[in-house]
Amino acid sequence: MTDSILNSIILLGALGVIAALVLYVVSKKFHVYEDPLIAEVEELLPAANCAGCGFPGCRAFAEKLVATEDISELFCPVGGNEVMKLVSETLGKAVAEKDPTVAVIRCQGSCEVRPKTSEYQGPKSCAISDLIYSGETDCQYGCLGDGDCVAACSFDAMYMDEATGLPVVITDKCTSCGMCVDACPRNIIEMRPKKKRDLKIFVGCLNEEKGGLAKKACSVACIGCSKCLDVCPKDAIVIENNLAYIDPAYCTLCRKCVPVCPTGSIIETNFPPRKEKVAEPTKAESDA
Amino acid sequence: MLKTFPKGGIHPPENKITSGRPIRRLPAPKVVYVPIAQHIGIPAEIIVDRKDKVTVGQVIARSGGFVSSNIHSPVAGTVTKLDMVVDTRGYKKQCIVIRTDPKDPANEDLPEEMLKTEIAMAPEEIRQRISDFGIVGLGGATFPSHVKLSVKEDQIDCLVVNGVECEPYLTADHRLMLEKSQQILVGIRILMRALGVTRAIIGIENNKCDAIDLFRKEVAGNDGIQIAALQVKYPQGGEKQLIRALLGREVPKNGLPMDVGVVVHNVGTVYAVYQAVQHNRPLTERVVTVTGKSLQDPSNFWVRIGTPISDLLEAVGGVPENTRKIVSGGPMMGKALKSTDVPVTKGTSGILVIPEGEASRGEPRNCIRCGECVNVCPMGLEPHLLMNLTEKGMYEKAAQEDILTCIECGSCSYVCPSHRPLLDYIRFGKSISRQLATKTAQQ
Repeated sequence: MTDSILNSIILLGALGVIAALVLYVVSKKFHVYEDPLIAEVEELLPAANCAGCGFPGCRAFAEKLVATEDISELFCPVGGNEVMKLVSETLGKAVAEKDPTVAVIRCQGSCEVRPKTSEYQGPKSCAISDLIYSGETDCQYGCLGDGDCVAACSFDAMYMDEATGLPVVITDKCTSCGMCVDACPRNIIEMRPKKKRDLKIFVGCLNEEKGGLAKKACSVACIGCSKCLDVCPKDAIVIENNLAYIDPAYCTLCRKCVPVCPTGSIIETNFPPRKEKVAEPTKAESDA
Repeated sequence: MLKTFPKGGIHPPENKITSGRPIRRLPAPKVVYVPIAQHIGIPAEIIVDRKDKVTVGQVIARSGGFVSSNIHSPVAGTVTKLDMVVDTRGYKKQCIVIRTDPKDPANEDLPEEMLKTEIAMAPEEIRQRISDFGIVGLGGATFPSHVKLSVKEDQIDCLVVNGVECEPYLTADHRLMLEKSQQILVGIRILMRALGVTRAIIGIENNKCDAIDLFRKEVAGNDGIQIAALQVKYPQGGEKQLIRALLGREVPKNGLPMDVGVVVHNVGTVYAVYQAVQHNRPLTERVVTVTGKSLQDPSNFWVRIGTPISDLLEAVGGVPENTRKIVSGGPMMGKALKSTDVPVTKGTSGILVIPEGEASRGEPRNCIRCGECVNVCPMGLEPHLLMNLTEKGMYEKAAQEDILTCIECGSCSYVCPSHRPLLDYIRFGKSISRQLATKTAQQ
């Protein structure tokens, strides 16, 4: 009885020692050196794994940051300047400072202003319906409303507005990872700088058709009339293919272009209400 | 037992209601809208300007490369503008708009010319003529015909003529075969000479017995031309399926019919070749079936390219009240139109009006793994798998599963008891896979 107990203890003990030796040798022989900095940098990153930096996940980005000499081209849009500053301190390399950006939807074609002229019965996916045809409305540039951008957002920063049929960005949650920009087959979503207090002015339309046709398809379409161009003191507006674009690099948010737009296709966000005098024409225009 | 292709296929209700209607001529419309991209490949380049006077058959847009085609004016009149007009997908595309001159005698229908059986041209001349006269595959794919004829010597041993018309409802090719059988036989001999082959087979499905009998009668004495009756099965009109059915040869994956020594041309194309070579007439008109159970007077028409579809619908007694969908092409592969302003192009084989009740797609439900889509796929693919892979964004895996060999016949979506949008996803997966493939090729 005692013999068998003793034997098994010795046998298992010996096996344990052999296994330990093998493991020790293997771990020494096949040891892979890993820069401890990678783990350290990864720790700093937001762990969102959104691929907004252009790399598959935060780990891959951390590896790239450590391996690359000049990291001024690399940027984590989710962490922003704060995280990049910490990374810079850890690695001792200079990083670029970027203005924080946020996604904006450049289409106001709600069901009300952009009537449906046909019916789509295929799969609920913008990418597929864009491939099949130009959409349920007469505007071949506008939002298709099947929510590919919402599905692509991993931060719950977007939702489809049932009433308008358009996606909405919750700016506080938006990390500007850019996934929605890639998901949109019509390139409606743009990353624009947040600036102070998230004030933004942009043209909410991408219709390149001639004014009359654009207006017929959607009453808030940009008709390329160039009225905004005339009032802009900073030459921040360009008109190309019957479509105005406000360059955020030059725009000083003076808001002069907003009331002159005859179709109300220029969107302003987060501004305080205008004083009575100026406010009236704006309201009249947007009602028209 | 009649010949057919062995793998897959379906037999939807034929509904060939217009097969007894002779082809009528539609008078030249007031305005024609001629798109510059009517063929697969590079769009043609416009060579006319506003206010230019043009006449029937004048080149108005020149071929933009090898895989491209000339476009000729279908009417005599004045170019009013170069505008953007909606295509079958609803996107605006570049068009040449020509206002017809009602006084010009060229707009009146040309008298039927005498059959000319003597072929005077050399093979090289025939190829050049087909290229110059804007002839493309009229079966629907609109692949420039001269490209198919540019083959190496002794590469081809058989010309296959496609008179299958497997799409339900459509009867354009059927009527053409009945009314222009002799011209088509001359056209076949022209193509045989251009290719340097001594053998040609006309494949016709067995639901067109009158056409089979007619050809059998007329071909007697015409050496080298065979008529083959085929079992009625969709998509037998697909090039690869037809070659398999007639000759038992399998076109290799990612290959062309050329690789197995065959060139396939549609009967409509063959007739256009006859007109171009024997009567110097460029491709400016084609046969279009305008059909639908709810129409007053469905029929087949000779239509000038660029005629708005609304004109065609007027000619059959207007669109009925209860219409839900208007499709360009057949019910299987056709595209639902967003607007009837869309012009007829070289690839428009039919216009189908579908009434309320027949037009809706069922609500998609979960896949029940019945395998019916696998059974009917003529290319031997697994549509349910391809759809799932595309849905999950696994495009590389989908490419490994040969998503690119799909011919988009829609048999899988047709038979799916759960109404799953298989083809929509596969088409999308194909476009992404193709993009990825070109990207890797560039790197």
